[in-house]
Amino acid sequence: MATRDIAGKTVQVNDEGFMTNPDEWEKNIAIEIAKEEGIVELTPAHWQVIEFCRKKAAESGAAPTLRAITTGSGISTKDLFTLFPKGPAKKVAKISGLGKPEGCV
Amino acid sequence: MTDETRKIAFICSKGTLDMAYPALIMGWAALGNGIDVTIFFTFWGMDIINKARVDHLEIAPVANTSMKMSMMGVDTGNLGIPNLMGVLPGMTAFATSLMKSKMNKLEVPPVREYLQMLVDAGAKLYACKMSVDMMDLKMEDFVDGVIDIVTAGDFIDMTDGAQIIFV
Repeated sequence: MATRDIAGKTVQVNDEGFMTNPDEWEKNIAIEIAKEEGIVELTPAHWQVIEFCRKKAAESGAAPTLRAITTGSGISTKDLFTLFPKGPAKKVAKISGLGKPEGCV
Repeated sequence: MTDETRKIAFICSKGTLDMAYPALIMGWAALGNGIDVTIFFTFWGMDIINKARVDHLEIAPVANTSMKMSMMGVDTGNLGIPNLMGVLPGMTAFATSLMKSKMNKLEVPPVREYLQMLVDAGAKLYACKMSVDMMDLKMEDFVDGVIDIVTAGDFIDMTDGAQIIFV
């Protein structure tokens, strides 16, 4: 398993750059990965999505799908795609320290 | 990988419930991965964007060789639904409600809601000019999010560089 240093911490990642141990995640890591993904600043709305995903993943063991996020987090589809432009599915999961979402919707 | 955004265009030509979903599901997945999505509705596919039809799409067991008795809860392995049985009144409604309930259990949204999700996520929907003329439809017959009525030539122009999937 590969590792990488980010925000002063060494974390395990898979070959696509997704963190494999959600427990290694912390807010500073999210801020750094967001920057790499082109999101300069994480606003409260971003955190609302990230925290929802973290909570869902802790319950189910898998990153929630986009539809699960838009129906459960209080963030609309339009807003989700504005907050995480150009591919929210992978971006949200990556920033939240989770694997790729499982499920088609 | 190039810097240019990947583009996918779907042509929806069928109006049955089962054939409405492929473009919706793949289109949503594409949008989630940052891909530009255009959907062109033509011929029977017009039903998917027709306000009066979108909530009433159906699936008929007649001449559908993939639909098996076992899907209706009768444990008969590979035995198909006899066409003779499929023509009985109510069979299409029954097959439709069965599919809708299965989709619902998988948390797949109904077609109207799915279309709205795609539009909110940035998909561009267009209606086919020839089908509109043939079926006497107007812009006001369509669900919100349909941008325009366009010709086949317009569609070819606007999908320059896109991967095209015909459903």
